[in-house]
Amino acid sequence: MVFLEFEKPLEVLYEQLEKLKEIGGDGEIDVTETIRNLENKIKNKRKEIYSNLTGWQKVQLSRHPERPYTLFYISQMCKKFIELHGDRCVRDDKAIVGGLASLDGQTVMIIGHQKGINTKMRQYRNFGMANPEGYRKALRLMKMAERFGIPVITLIDTPGAYPGLEAEERGQAEAIARNLFEMAQLRVPIICVIVGEGASGGAIGIGLGDRVYMLENTWYSVISPESCSSILWRSWDYKEQAAEALQLTADQMLGHGLIDGIIKEPVGGAHSYPEEMAKILKRHIKKALSEIMDMDPDVRIDVRIEKYAQMGAYNLAKEEPVKEKKKTEK
Amino acid sequence: MGWVKRLKDGIQTATRNKKEAPEGIWYKCERCRETSTTKELRENFYKCPKCNYHVRIGSHEYFDLLFDGNYDLLFEELRSTDVLQFTDLKPYPDRLKEAYKKNIVTDAITVAKGKVNRRSLLVAAMDFRFIGGSMGSVVGERIARAIEYGIANRIPLLIISRSGGARMMEAAYSLMQLPKTCGRLTQMARAKVPFFSLMTDPTTGGVTASFAMLGDINMAEPEALIGFAGPRVIKETIKRDLPEGFQTSEFLLEHGFVDTIVDRKDLRETLSDLLFLFEESKLAAIGKGEGSAEMEPAEEEFPGEEEG
Repeated sequence: MVFLEFEKPLEVLYEQLEKLKEIGGDGEIDVTETIRNLENKIKNKRKEIYSNLTGWQKVQLSRHPERPYTLFYISQMCKKFIELHGDRCVRDDKAIVGGLASLDGQTVMIIGHQKGINTKMRQYRNFGMANPEGYRKALRLMKMAERFGIPVITLIDTPGAYPGLEAEERGQAEAIARNLFEMAQLRVPIICVIVGEGASGGAIGIGLGDRVYMLENTWYSVISPESCSSILWRSWDYKEQAAEALQLTADQMLGHGLIDGIIKEPVGGAHSYPEEMAKILKRHIKKALSEIMDMDPDVRIDVRIEKYAQMGAYNLAKEEPVKEKKKTEK
Repeated sequence: MGWVKRLKDGIQTATRNKKEAPEGIWYKCERCRETSTTKELRENFYKCPKCNYHVRIGSHEYFDLLFDGNYDLLFEELRSTDVLQFTDLKPYPDRLKEAYKKNIVTDAITVAKGKVNRRSLLVAAMDFRFIGGSMGSVVGERIARAIEYGIANRIPLLIISRSGGARMMEAAYSLMQLPKTCGRLTQMARAKVPFFSLMTDPTTGGVTASFAMLGDINMAEPEALIGFAGPRVIKETIKRDLPEGFQTSEFLLEHGFVDTIVDRKDLRETLSDLLFLFEESKLAAIGKGEGSAEMEPAEEEFPGEEEG
């Protein structure tokens, strides 16, 4: 088990529990009562810690090394998954995976960022940072889904689109922009879920949909707290403040009306109960799909575009501005 | 002892009275360090008369360069607000106040409607002097409304991008301007109203990753920095130096992401040509096939051939 810094009180309790079990194993002293007490204590402590998480702590949770990733969720939620590779232009991007699957009989196109589960795999997956090929593979799969009337589900978990030399050469910005343009008018339902990190363009590149949800312990913003700290505070040391200022948690995002809902995680986080988490996620996706499956595609597209059109906060100037501007003298 | 005695110590001009270049009398080129007068600069389309460096000009300079005469500003009433009560080293409202104090533009993009060679055009031009040309809610909303206006009145739109990317002080609101503007652009495409994108120095981040790359025609000014990630971030990531000319307009053209590079002196004419070529009556004529207006003169050109 990996304990994060704010989980230290839990680690202490778990150590005590281990010791107790060792003692109990000898069979000389009856410790069942004490163990039950301690387990209750752990449960309460966990509840206490998890109900008061700061923005930064949720960022840490979203990056927990034991957190489930896309392929795990697919294996738990779907049957008959066939992974489809490649953008048909350059290569197969390992940071974004996707394919056809059956969600309780409903064929879906499920696409998501994929991080690695160990050091070697993390490199193989480029830490979940996709290149343009990843976004173009995602688009290829979405366009195919559209052709066959198959709904699209995207699972988002990325520290950002990869800022590399080749990524720029092959048009990282164009790839993301093109996906936004095409997803806005895709004729099949799109459901997006932030299951880990939702970092800026890298996230929204597969994140435009009819329904956008965030798991409880995730974050979604225009920049990571670390980079925000480095740019605005000119130091890497203000990530906690940056996390607060950015208002990047699921609660805050829903409060601002920038996402459609929050999917609760089991107490202790998705990483503590991954199978349970997958069940909850599946339930939410099925419910969301049932709400939008039967809509007329044209209406669904209009509603989708108007939803995003509403996102923005601005004032109206009090004084009447100058309407006509004279060409300045040369 | 010097030959001239300073009567007053130090610089007397208050910061707020300082003129922003190129409003003084002299302009010193940022690239070649040569000096010219601002009059020469203006007459040379705000390009350095010595080295052709395209000076980072603002929204109104572009309007002056492009439009036949007067033009109407649109959606000026929209103003930024501090929706997140965002404070880093400075509260966001202070940054906004400073930007307003410059009294140049009311946000990082200004929308105007006018005529280019007698044809109507909407121009949304960004201004780097307003918080680095960053895209917040107002930028997104002004673009969205410009698109709606363009669709409703069937007027083509030109967006001139010059931006460091998203406005961090509006966090996720800023990010959502990407899907917002792209969604509206799909409607413009469906309505068959042309959208031209001009990328200028610099165009990076969320602006490049949304509307700037989605023009029916993607144009760029010479030698502009255009990219998704900034050069510094890329250098830190790959831990080696970047090749010469990386992320310039010319680089993007070679890699297939820009249709054409337009020198600022040719910008007006290029747009005029584009408006001519995209004119609806002409497009309709093509649709009619053989009976089109363009085919007829061709037949008349060789009237004698059949007889001969």
